[in-house]
Amino acid sequence: MRPVAFDYIRPDSVEEAWQALADDDDATVLGGGQSLIPVLRFRLAAPTTLVDLGAIEALKQIREDGEDLVIGAMATHHAVAHDPLVRAHASVLAQAAASVADPQIRYRGTVGGALAHADPAGDIAPAALALDATVEITGPDGTRTVPARDFFEDYFTTDLQPGELLSALRVPKHTGWGMHYEKFSPAAQSWAIVAVAAAVRTEDGTVAEARLGMANMGAVPLRAPAAEQALAGRPTHGPATGEAAARAGEDTDPPSDLGGTPEYRRHLAGVLAGRAVQTACGAAGAVEG
Amino acid sequence: MSTTTAPTEAADGEIGRARLRKEDRRLLTGRTRWTDSLTLPGMVHLSLLRSPVAHARLTNIDTGAAKQAPGVVGVWTGADLPEQGQMPTAWTVSEDMLTPPFFPVSVGAVKHVGDIIAVVAATSKEEADDAVELIDVDYEDLPVVTDPVAALADGAPLVHPELGTNVCATWGLDSGALGTGGSAAEAIRAAEADPDQVVIRRTLRQNRITPAYIEPRSIVVDPTAEQVTLWSATQVPHIVRLLMAMTQPVAEHELRVIAPDVGGGFGGKLQFTREEALVLLIAQRLQLPCKYTESRSESMQSSHHARDQVQELTLAARRDGTITALEVKLTADMGAYLGILTAGIPLLGGFMFNGIYKIPAYNFHCTDVFTNKTMTDAYRGAGKPEATFGIERMLDELAVELDLDPVEVRRRNWIKREEFPYATVAGLTYDSADYDQATDRALELFGYDELRAEQQRRQSSGDPVRLGIGVCTFVELSGLAPSRVLGGLNYGSGGWEHASIRMLPTGKVEVVAGTTPHGQGHATAFAQIVSDELGVPFEDITLITGDTGMSHKGMDTYGSRSLVVGGMAIVGAARKVVEKAKPIAAHILEADVADIDYHRGKFSVRGTQSSVTISEIALGTWLAHDLPDGLEPNLDSDNTFDPENFSFASGPHLAAVEVDTQPGQVTLRDYVCVQDVGVLVNPLIVNGQVHGGLAQGIGQALYEDIHYTEDGQLTTGTFADYLVPAAPDVPRFRTDTTVTESTTNTLGVKAVGETGTTAAPPAIVNAVLDALRPLGVRDITMPCTPVNVWTAIQQAAQQGQE
Repeated sequence: MRPVAFDYIRPDSVEEAWQALADDDDATVLGGGQSLIPVLRFRLAAPTTLVDLGAIEALKQIREDGEDLVIGAMATHHAVAHDPLVRAHASVLAQAAASVADPQIRYRGTVGGALAHADPAGDIAPAALALDATVEITGPDGTRTVPARDFFEDYFTTDLQPGELLSALRVPKHTGWGMHYEKFSPAAQSWAIVAVAAAVRTEDGTVAEARLGMANMGAVPLRAPAAEQALAGRPTHGPATGEAAARAGEDTDPPSDLGGTPEYRRHLAGVLAGRAVQTACGAAGAVEG
Repeated sequence: MSTTTAPTEAADGEIGRARLRKEDRRLLTGRTRWTDSLTLPGMVHLSLLRSPVAHARLTNIDTGAAKQAPGVVGVWTGADLPEQGQMPTAWTVSEDMLTPPFFPVSVGAVKHVGDIIAVVAATSKEEADDAVELIDVDYEDLPVVTDPVAALADGAPLVHPELGTNVCATWGLDSGALGTGGSAAEAIRAAEADPDQVVIRRTLRQNRITPAYIEPRSIVVDPTAEQVTLWSATQVPHIVRLLMAMTQPVAEHELRVIAPDVGGGFGGKLQFTREEALVLLIAQRLQLPCKYTESRSESMQSSHHARDQVQELTLAARRDGTITALEVKLTADMGAYLGILTAGIPLLGGFMFNGIYKIPAYNFHCTDVFTNKTMTDAYRGAGKPEATFGIERMLDELAVELDLDPVEVRRRNWIKREEFPYATVAGLTYDSADYDQATDRALELFGYDELRAEQQRRQSSGDPVRLGIGVCTFVELSGLAPSRVLGGLNYGSGGWEHASIRMLPTGKVEVVAGTTPHGQGHATAFAQIVSDELGVPFEDITLITGDTGMSHKGMDTYGSRSLVVGGMAIVGAARKVVEKAKPIAAHILEADVADIDYHRGKFSVRGTQSSVTISEIALGTWLAHDLPDGLEPNLDSDNTFDPENFSFASGPHLAAVEVDTQPGQVTLRDYVCVQDVGVLVNPLIVNGQVHGGLAQGIGQALYEDIHYTEDGQLTTGTFADYLVPAAPDVPRFRTDTTVTESTTNTLGVKAVGETGTTAAPPAIVNAVLDALRPLGVRDITMPCTPVNVWTAIQQAAQQGQE
């Protein structure tokens, strides 16, 4: 199918992008196009202007800023997956980015685009939640930050307001933490049925702090508070972490589709969380020595 | 992706050489001619309004706004096209078969999501798409039925109320009545009373799938010449021409059909489509070239689906494993309409449910049922994969029941080498095979005994990742078809194939074939055959096909017939060329025709050194300066070949799966098959066909599922929802071949294209069940997706507690 006709603008700066969005109430931002173009082709949306951020070099940067990493919204999944800073300080995000779809999509799809699209089955958000990341949003009235866990409001709906741009993902460095992304997809290139990102800080062979981000367990990407609390204080070796992590599906209302029933997804979240935490503990243990 | 351990014997001629495909240089570098690539002067583009609902009366269609939209040339509903003819079905399977109204554009009502309501023609595809959205339709919803068994119940909603029933046709075969065996009903009754026998009853479900060819269907019609030319991404240009002429307002001699490069078909393009008919109708109305190319969404909604059967199976056997009877009761989902072979596809399976086994009594009964879904029709194997699934699943059930090894229970029942040709209980005669040899080879390659030991170890240690081993020893009817057999089945055509050979003055050769390729490698395989027949180098032979203007006669490509039937037509044509050349050779060599010997392009006088080549004769014939008196200066030859029997490919397939019971994930760890496809014309192409077929068979077993909601909405309308396996999802196949030459054609060849899709689903499902039986799992829904596997394990655990 073909999209409804639209105007196309490719600004060189964030300011020009704001202007383009201000000029047309029905304008939409184009990142890498890996989600938006299919939406347009199915005619599920018919924006009158596409504002392509692809020429704004500042939005593609991945840099350190004190204790944080700042990942530009237009950094591609491929760039994030291979970036040495991300791999050193937020490896679960690199791992999640490397698991997105297939290489062609990873070369075009962007972190900001994936977050703004807010598909609850997406790979980037669970990692962002596990890393307690914040989303940077800029508009003509200034820049604001929103914790990733508050950014998602419903299926394909976020806190982004008309005229605003998602400019970056700010990720606190998790140096020394153990991390793992456990993605369960029925076929190599398909969406996850459920995925779990785990970030674990260990002290003296026990879990000091654990955070879990989950994909496709509800209308928005979710944390798993019951499992996270249960994990604290557990020994990193042995079955204890798996038992605690198995609570990841508690109090969730996951979707029902051909990929799985809600009951199956809740079960699967527990299995995957257990595996993610155990691998993460292993990685943390290796750092701890 | 493959290791082939078959020793490649140094081939004497071209047949048997693993040549790279000559068409690939062009196809793989994008120098292709797809239908959608065609642009003609003044061409307009068509878009279709398709039904968003499964069953409704069309109480009003307002096309006013669409007609006023920019670029629009015309808008037509079914009522606006009184010249359109009923879409044909080529197979009236029984006298009581009911055929519903089915037109290129629906009139008055829609019967499934994707049904065609209106056509828009515009100067660009974009404008046509935009205008489609402006058509305003009032739908009066009608009750929907999507399940074929539910459709048979009293009071079920009727798909076609005017027919008064959802039963399309019933068809049966009984070996007692046929004289090929005893009465299955009697044998089963006797078995039930016999303490030395077991009777096993199972109900199995064949999931609905779609052929998922990569090139969407595309049609261009040019009405601006003496003949109307229709280009179509089709497997069957000759059949399209004939059926178009028989049903729509165009005469056969006024229509030329061309299938240019076609990007996959698998049966999905073995169809005369409403889209082909309506593009012709609109082109005739406008007297302008018209193009329509479907989107993937339209393909998923409206290109025919396949399988979708409920199989109620009863198998009786003695406790030593010897089968005494088989009864098959099928409920087959037709969808809402009948395509060219829709009603007959399940019947093809009726001849194959007995598999490779000596079954003394057999009964097959099929009920074809209408539902508010897209019609089903042929897909790679067409009825035979369904049958193979049924019997091969039952053989495993028998092995479990009797606590026998699944290979051993098969061995006790299969036909032995010395028993060929073997007249089966279903009324066919199998040509040749050696199931023992092939299976022994496969077991050795697979490491069967070691895997069984590992399976035991894992089970004892309580490993949550279970190992399962699946067996399928398939046989596949191929080479459609002896015309008389088709006549006996009331099939609407013959089964012959046609070929011509043109000897060019420079000694080069054009082969004109009635079958047309869409990925099979015809240009290569046919050149190998002709090279051996005529002694002309492989490189000097080219293939002309897929154009009724150049290849005027043919039955096209499906049913594993291109080599088995089409190849034989080519051999016959080549031999006629040689016979025509012989008197000319004798004339040149000043010898008697009776003294001329021929071998691979060289004519010689017996007992002498004097000879002349076929190339020299070709030039001499063209010059015609010095030919025998009264001889036509022409070596070109036509041949039409009608097979006397089918040929039967066979072989064991062995699958090893690991089932991670926690998430319910099946991983295919190893796959071995040793196939007997008769003489290998090109082992590389054979292997490619096996790999592709296996990938699609794995798709049905583990991934693919066309799913409708109860109100008839298609929930698997994209490749994000309808999963097909990609390269990372399939294992490294290990294949080998054994060769018993077919006795039903002089090439000694059997089919290969449909073997993988036929054998893989039961091999894999048997393996998954083999892994899970210790957990109490007795059956599983295909495809074996994680949620289906997990659900089966949960249900078994619950039943175990009760």
